[in-house]
Amino acid sequence: MRRFRAGWLVSSLLVPLASVVAGFLVGALAIVAAGADPLQAYGALFAGAFTNRNAFAETLVSTVPYVLLGLGLALGFRAGLFNIGAEGQFYIGALTGVFVGYSIHGLPLLIEIPAALLAGMAGGFAWAAIAGFLKAWTGAHEVITSIMLNYVAFLVANYLIDGANGKPGVMVAPNVSTPRTPDVDPGAMLPIIVPGSRLHLGLLLALIAVPLVWFLIERTTVGFRLRAVGFNQGTARAAGISVAQTIVLTMGISGALAGAAGIVQVLGLSHHMTDTVAAGYGFDAIAIALLARSNPWGVLPAALLFGALHNGAGFMQLETQVSSDLISIVQASLIIFVAAPAIVRWLLRLREQPVETVQITQREVETPVG
Amino acid sequence: MDLAVEWGQVHALLGENGAGKSTLMNVVYGLVSPDSGEIDFDGNPVKIGGPQDAIRLGIGMVHQHFMLIPPLTVAENIVLGREIASAGVVNLDRSYRTVNDLSARYGLEVDPRQRVQDLSVGVQQRVEILKALYRGARLLILDEPTAVLTPQEIEGLFEIVRTLTAAGNAVIFITHKLAEVMEIADQITVMRRGQVVGVTTPAESKPADLARMMVGRPVLLRVEKQPAKPGSEVLRVDDLVVHDDRRQLAVDHVGLAVRAGEILGIAGVEGNGQNELVEAIVGLRPARSGKVLLEGKDITRRPTRDRLRRGVGLIPADRQRQGIILELPIADNLILSDYDRPPYERWLVRQFNTIRSAAERLVETFDIRIRSVDDPAGSLSGGNQQKLVVARELGTAPKVLVASQPTRGVDVGSIEFIHRRLVTERDAGLAVLLVSSELDEILSLADRVAVLYRGRIVAVLDAAEAEREHIGLLMAGAAA
Amino acid sequence: MTAFLQQLDPVSLVSIMLITATPLVLAALGGMMCERSGVVNIALEGIMLTGAFIGYFVAFLTQNLWLGLLAAIVSGMLIATLHAVLSVSFLVDQIVSGTVINILAVGVTGVFYRTYLETATTAGPGTLPHWNLPLLSSIPVLGPILFQNQLVTYAMLVLIFVVHFVLFNTVWGLRTRACGENPRAAETAGINVYFVRYVNVIASGALAGLGGAYFSLQQIGTFLPNMTGGRGFIALAAMIFGKWTPGGAFLASLLFTGSDQLGSRLQSVFQVHVPLQFLGMLPYVLTIVVVAGAMGRAIAPAAVGRPYKKT
Repeated sequence: MRRFRAGWLVSSLLVPLASVVAGFLVGALAIVAAGADPLQAYGALFAGAFTNRNAFAETLVSTVPYVLLGLGLALGFRAGLFNIGAEGQFYIGALTGVFVGYSIHGLPLLIEIPAALLAGMAGGFAWAAIAGFLKAWTGAHEVITSIMLNYVAFLVANYLIDGANGKPGVMVAPNVSTPRTPDVDPGAMLPIIVPGSRLHLGLLLALIAVPLVWFLIERTTVGFRLRAVGFNQGTARAAGISVAQTIVLTMGISGALAGAAGIVQVLGLSHHMTDTVAAGYGFDAIAIALLARSNPWGVLPAALLFGALHNGAGFMQLETQVSSDLISIVQASLIIFVAAPAIVRWLLRLREQPVETVQITQREVETPVG
Repeated sequence: MDLAVEWGQVHALLGENGAGKSTLMNVVYGLVSPDSGEIDFDGNPVKIGGPQDAIRLGIGMVHQHFMLIPPLTVAENIVLGREIASAGVVNLDRSYRTVNDLSARYGLEVDPRQRVQDLSVGVQQRVEILKALYRGARLLILDEPTAVLTPQEIEGLFEIVRTLTAAGNAVIFITHKLAEVMEIADQITVMRRGQVVGVTTPAESKPADLARMMVGRPVLLRVEKQPAKPGSEVLRVDDLVVHDDRRQLAVDHVGLAVRAGEILGIAGVEGNGQNELVEAIVGLRPARSGKVLLEGKDITRRPTRDRLRRGVGLIPADRQRQGIILELPIADNLILSDYDRPPYERWLVRQFNTIRSAAERLVETFDIRIRSVDDPAGSLSGGNQQKLVVARELGTAPKVLVASQPTRGVDVGSIEFIHRRLVTERDAGLAVLLVSSELDEILSLADRVAVLYRGRIVAVLDAAEAEREHIGLLMAGAAA
Repeated sequence: MTAFLQQLDPVSLVSIMLITATPLVLAALGGMMCERSGVVNIALEGIMLTGAFIGYFVAFLTQNLWLGLLAAIVSGMLIATLHAVLSVSFLVDQIVSGTVINILAVGVTGVFYRTYLETATTAGPGTLPHWNLPLLSSIPVLGPILFQNQLVTYAMLVLIFVVHFVLFNTVWGLRTRACGENPRAAETAGINVYFVRYVNVIASGALAGLGGAYFSLQQIGTFLPNMTGGRGFIALAAMIFGKWTPGGAFLASLLFTGSDQLGSRLQSVFQVHVPLQFLGMLPYVLTIVVVAGAMGRAIAPAAVGRPYKKT
């Protein structure tokens, strides 16, 4: 039920494109402030992302978790939910998945990988559902609860791997130099699909996920419920939709995707989990979902962009001494430019006198009836 | 667009919903800027760029939806923006005294220390008027002021208006109610579709003339209908107790029954428990105690979904917040209650073709003016949106239809259509529970009339016995 | 019993509770001014982090703590201005706007830290001095707790009263509350809602920036990446739990730091071996409980979180 209009083209493509350009311009300013040459820095960034030996494959490797996380965030946005907890769900998913991964032995690939994957998704689902429940039953804002749950997730992972009070962690591997979980069973490792690189089967999983999520949102009744609740909770309830259930389910699916991202990283790259926390995935996902205008198909190019930034940043730092943290400045500027005009345009298209506006998150405390 | 108001007069601005009356007054008050034309005040041309300018000229406006801050006190609301303070610190004592003085001068009784959220609607309106007077308003614009008042409170308002004009002030009274215009106005300007179509006085015109000016053709002021032939009981409410959002008692042991083939009207001023009653019947609000029965079966604890499935239909009072989803296509809105049932759904997948053809059929039957069923529902006019809701509910062939304020904010043409449709469905056996604060609507459509006051049903009458004045008294809680 | 009390050392416990509550209270006060006018400020965390960094950076360059403190406040105001521009003028969703600022803060502070500070060899200017107020600091019990502190903590104590007075007794506070409850009504009363919101958001930036200065200039004496550790979000919970009042936020913050401290105290007193990580979770779990439990009863300013478009 989509109409192809010129206006849609402008706002869906031109605005994100313009935002990306603007983001890079701001980044250039920051590079200059840090005392380097923007052209040189961006050149190294591009090379590191695409043209160096194996660079493109590496960029795709970085893209995989971004696609899954971006899908999760986008799905949440469509229901009016801001899942900042993707980071924590990523970890919990990795934990539950890696546990299954190293606990089963000797079964074929076709059984072990789905098993670990499902375990990861279940973990992410459950962790996100906590925030969903709290929002549905108490009106607790999911932003605060999710962020808190992120910190709790890190601590849980830390406890399980590092242990406490002199006792080793429950999930730690014996006889290793730094605390980490045991490696997963070889049958659970995602095979490399481009020989000579680190690019693994996870890419296919990510690529399949995109049309699946699209189908879910646009073509199924579950997706319809999700969108209805995202647009207008009051009418959705009056039509018999259980807003509480929808919120929990949506947060859950969003968390499942984040958990999938976590376990795919483990199964495809490191094959185990360590106690160090590589922060930032969750926030990157927000930017990706915004850039994609919460459209599953849009998540692909957005995730690729971020994968390229992530991958190229390391090379850029090596070649030009510009800190890789610069990337977050580019990303943040990008979000600003995406969020501002897009939403203003959106507002004006809908109604003339917006006393209340359709937002990404809903602040009203709805009394849950069921 | 021409309008002339004189000092010491009550000037009624008459027109149906959407005629442009409020917009015009918003221009005068500075909330909207005109595209062209000029405004003269006291003989001089003026530019009104915002409420500040209007206030400075001595223009005050009381909006239809009150512009009050509920958690703040009466005094705080009145002085807001022009506070009585020294060195930035608010002087509460002087504020209270000032409010009391004003209130005594114009006969508008209020307690300056009370929080606005604790006041009844009639008193809140007085606070609004005091706000304008505090700022030195000599021209007072009242936008649909009687929508939320009982007939007795309306009389009280008229008294205040007459006091004001006797003192030399001018009052512009925006309304769509002919009876009020005839009673209170000195001058009447009728608007239709953004234009002035007539200027007259109550002496020169009859209500029928005014109605014709408002719509451009003869208007049916009452619906023609046959007497009802009620069948068995469809909906029953027993001893229902419901609380509102602030945990206060809203529905106080209410009992009623609606039979197939009859329209039971619930008259009452808004805020007496109607919304809570409707929500409890439909399942959007839990009942503290009591029962709701559909065809004898207890549905009190059942979720909304179940009730809708079993044959309860709802036309909600607030169509934007509960009736339609503006962003979704018209087609989706038209089958909203059944979106997850065959044939609109199979194995969780939505069947768009089936949805579209069903929607098109409904659009045809209910004469909804649209461009395409794929357009968002927000592109429709208020009247068509309401017709959409009616179409959807009737399209599910319910057993009982709960219609809450079904023609609020709707143009006369659509009102006629909806009224006629309700009667047709009634004749076909539908049970209708009509909740409306427009007494005329109730008197016109209902076969039996119940009056809701402070959450209690204070009377149930046959339509034939129902008299305006009597019901008005009941609505205000006066003797049975 | 006395032995137990001695081991628990309630005076030093309360003293530490008060000190560690400083950033929470300041950020909560800021968040409160902001939300009372109708704007959600999720960016408190980012503003505090920026304040901590800029404060230290300037103090390091000038070797002057006071300039650093001033810089922290000003930087908070500047970043808050960005939030205001985005959410008030451009009607960007306030949560998105706040999140953007948090991301930006982490990025910017990280970049500049690595470029300039990480490898610095000269020493920083130290931490803010303790000021023992004469006479007052000799009062038993209260003296050591209240009157032997550093500047940021003193500022916090004073600001609690100042903010309360401003919110509930002044014209500005009345207009702020009006804008937060019903901006359209405020506008018809002739109030410039955009202006009121802007000023309140910038004020919240000043307060949060000062709160950030606590970390780098009062507590540790240097800047470490991400040193605010989620405190900005806990401050939001304190604000909610305190029902958007200064006194409430103060007590709620004490509750948070108290549970944190009490946990570790009891641990050493009773020799209970709770895993360190679980103790660390306490403030976060408590925040969740508070937000979930308080949400139903605490009523936020009615128009908070909704972008307001002038007619």
